[in-house]
Amino acid sequence: MLKHYLEPQDMHSAQRMGLKELEWELVLEKLGHTPNLTELGMFAVMWSEHCSYKHSKLALRQFPTTGPRVLVGPGENAGVVDIGDGQAAVFKIESHNHPSAIEPYQGAATGVGGIVRDVFAMGARPIALLNSLRFGELDSAHQRHLFSGVVSGISGYGNCLGIPTVGGEVYFNQSYTGNCLVNAMCVGLISHDKLARGKAAGLGNRVLLIGALTGRDGIHGATFASEELSDSSSTKRPMVQVGDPFMEKLLIEACLELIDRKVIVGMQDLGAAGLTSASSEMAARASTGVEIDVACVPRREPHMSPYEVMLSESQERMLLVVEPSRVAEVVAICNRWGLSATDIGVVTDTGAVRVLDGSEVVAEVPAQALASAAPVYTPAMQVPSWQADVQKLDLDTVPLPADYSQILLALLGSPTIASKEWVYRQYDYQVRGDTVVLPGSDAAVLRIKGTPKGLAISVDCNSRYVYLDPFRGGAIAVAEAARNLAVSGAEPLAVTNCLNFGNPEKPEIFYQFHQAIAGMAEACRALETPVTGGNVSLYNETNGKAIYPTPTVGMVGLLTDVTKRVTSGFKQPGDVVLLLGDTHDELGGSEYLKVVHQLERGAPPALDLVREKALQKLLVAAADARLLASAHDCSEGGLAVALCESAFPLGFGADVTLENVNQIRLDAFLFGESQSRVVVTTAPSSLAALKDLCEQYNVPCRELGRVSRDTVVVRVDSTTVIDLPTEDLARAWKGAIPCLMSQ
Amino acid sequence: MRFGVVVFPGSNCDIDCYHAAKEILGQPTDYVWHETSDLSSYDCIVLPGGFSYGDYLRPGAIARFAPAMQAVAEAAGRGKLVLGICNGFQILLEAGLLPGAMRRNDHLQFRCETRHLRLENNTTPFTHLGERGQILRLPIAHADGNYYIDELGLAELKRNNQIVLRYCDAEGQPTASANPNGALENIAGIVNRRGNVFGLMPHPERALENITGGTDGQLVWTSILKWWEGNHA
Repeated sequence: MLKHYLEPQDMHSAQRMGLKELEWELVLEKLGHTPNLTELGMFAVMWSEHCSYKHSKLALRQFPTTGPRVLVGPGENAGVVDIGDGQAAVFKIESHNHPSAIEPYQGAATGVGGIVRDVFAMGARPIALLNSLRFGELDSAHQRHLFSGVVSGISGYGNCLGIPTVGGEVYFNQSYTGNCLVNAMCVGLISHDKLARGKAAGLGNRVLLIGALTGRDGIHGATFASEELSDSSSTKRPMVQVGDPFMEKLLIEACLELIDRKVIVGMQDLGAAGLTSASSEMAARASTGVEIDVACVPRREPHMSPYEVMLSESQERMLLVVEPSRVAEVVAICNRWGLSATDIGVVTDTGAVRVLDGSEVVAEVPAQALASAAPVYTPAMQVPSWQADVQKLDLDTVPLPADYSQILLALLGSPTIASKEWVYRQYDYQVRGDTVVLPGSDAAVLRIKGTPKGLAISVDCNSRYVYLDPFRGGAIAVAEAARNLAVSGAEPLAVTNCLNFGNPEKPEIFYQFHQAIAGMAEACRALETPVTGGNVSLYNETNGKAIYPTPTVGMVGLLTDVTKRVTSGFKQPGDVVLLLGDTHDELGGSEYLKVVHQLERGAPPALDLVREKALQKLLVAAADARLLASAHDCSEGGLAVALCESAFPLGFGADVTLENVNQIRLDAFLFGESQSRVVVTTAPSSLAALKDLCEQYNVPCRELGRVSRDTVVVRVDSTTVIDLPTEDLARAWKGAIPCLMSQ
Repeated sequence: MRFGVVVFPGSNCDIDCYHAAKEILGQPTDYVWHETSDLSSYDCIVLPGGFSYGDYLRPGAIARFAPAMQAVAEAAGRGKLVLGICNGFQILLEAGLLPGAMRRNDHLQFRCETRHLRLENNTTPFTHLGERGQILRLPIAHADGNYYIDELGLAELKRNNQIVLRYCDAEGQPTASANPNGALENIAGIVNRRGNVFGLMPHPERALENITGGTDGQLVWTSILKWWEGNHA
């Protein structure tokens, strides 16, 4: 009897593995024979949305991907941008949503592990981690379980690696109730000459597998990531991988030593689709072939079939391509780090991934067919039937608040706005000794030892805006991520993104996807921040209901002099408080409408990219001239919340008077989320110079008042509308999440 | 003065400690591989923070068997200085070079934040430049800093003035709310009876420069250097 993994398959088994009828026919055509189980499994994972981008590829072409600083754009393990002095920043963001929804600790932990491998696979030393997390509302015990599990998983894995987790964002919204989002970003540092590529080049070169043993975990994980969740998804828990951060730490050190000693030709991590994707992608990039003997692969458990070995997503493994004469050296370095390194195959010129089990051929598939021949779809698009309706907002039906102080306290206590200290105090954000702006400010900033430079990093997306208007919401996500860098004094350089959406085969979802990318692309072009890569996570639906469209933007910026960094906190009573940018009469999509009026509707705030760019240029110039004592972006909760968040770090207050607000509702002025606005403070002696600079950059500048000792007072002309001790405001803000999490 | 920073598989504050000794103090400093069994050329041996051997089994429980730890014990016996920070402190406890044991934080979470500490003993080589009762601000970052010792051991620590640092509030009071992990009597750092082996949970190597959040950690590093210079003048 034929071994089961050699049995020829039919269309039904292809469909069970997630392939469509047409794709099955394309497999037959590319392969030239009927695939056996192993071959079909390889196609199924490589042609899953997660690995092939078959539904998203065309839409992604809207992104600008080149620029003077881009050294490596989309398509490699991670993007690379030049930061001067022969150095480069390597960065990428990736999702681990579905595994985290099923098993939050391991799902999040292995998400961190995967993104870190993408960065050191390029030869870079990982220097920072960030994350973007989304859950349902915390009044549900299950959401609290997911939230605390995900944070513990990131903490447990990232801390052990010795890579500081320096920033991120957390949102809570009912749209994520059945499908939380866990997006992890890693930034690495490299000198240009150390850049490694994932290529299986050089006929006769050996293929080595290093790191963890191969087990049965995560088989078909990529397929699982490419389908909707349902009530029965918990039965897919075995598809979730289990992480071993200690092994990953050893892998980092060993791989960086291998790069440093220039003893390897190519390197790639084994992530989604495991050995299948690593081998086929490395061969495809080099236009070569690879022959692998699965019998050589060290196993965690006995009796694994070739099918299971090729599809296993066991974590903490890397595939190396090494010249035969250097194999002994590579093995010795790995062994010194306590890692096994096993010669499992050879680079060929056949263009095929040929899989042997000892002497028996179990699969032979063209590498290009696996890596790049998946069909590219042009999914149908349709404006969602509800889109026009949710944009309608009649402000006349929204009553003005009677007590603005109470509203402010409620907003500060809303988990989306509230302090995330409960989260980041579980992360080691200082290890490596280079974190100069700690979590809680607009962007994280790290110094680069041995240079005067600093790297600023942010991650952002207000998905409610994207839900209400995908194009504008996408543009705002990019603008805000860049603004967070600029308020820190850094010039925004480039973008990575993690596009979390529902099922793209539904025309209304694909409309969101396409439009959001169009909006992001427009902002990227205007702000001259090209996209260097990222990740697409589709099918984020539970029982047919999609999440808010969430195109998370990760961005890296450069400070030429890190001592000129600016943080969000007020520095000294008596400093002048100013609002840069224009405030409009808009409340659509605001956190205020949600928290106070239970409305998630209206058009999101307008965005003028010319004004946005002028503002960002001004901020970088003002920081460079050391004119800013503090700077903080106005985002969720608007001006009032921004003033409080600036007051909290050192416990100061603000004494502010709003004049000439006649055209604008007071709740819109205080809590509206008009874009391109920043609260800054400056020493009285620098005020004139700052105002001159604003004029030069054509940025509106409104003097609001002074930093005070310990109370936040807001007057409108001569009427006091908010008057609360900073301590009381801070208590509401700091206490909200610990209180909900009961600690 | 020559520093050796021991690198176990999973150490991750090794570069920070190296930076402290080499760049901030300006002293010759080497990374020392955990398989090294001769540490005789070092005047101060640093066991850095991190997750040696993944903290599997128990923090420090596997690292104590590394060949370098035998050499650390010998060096300590000869009166050389040994500084164990965070995971290094945990290893010193597991190796029996310091008394007591470390338990998981009482709230069961990892905790990273800057804390106030009161200097209880300014007569050690590691703290002699400070003043008794002085309040320091130092970062902590650990999941297992809940120090424990039995009653007899505690009495002995007190009798020999071995308690060096206690978690305290801004006014210097070692209150329950100032205790970040449940450590017995807010103990954050201790020395051995001889005074040449110091273990502490806070990270003095993370508080050496204003740009990275303060300079209170200089007390420890500069004390070490001055003490050695005083003995080798």
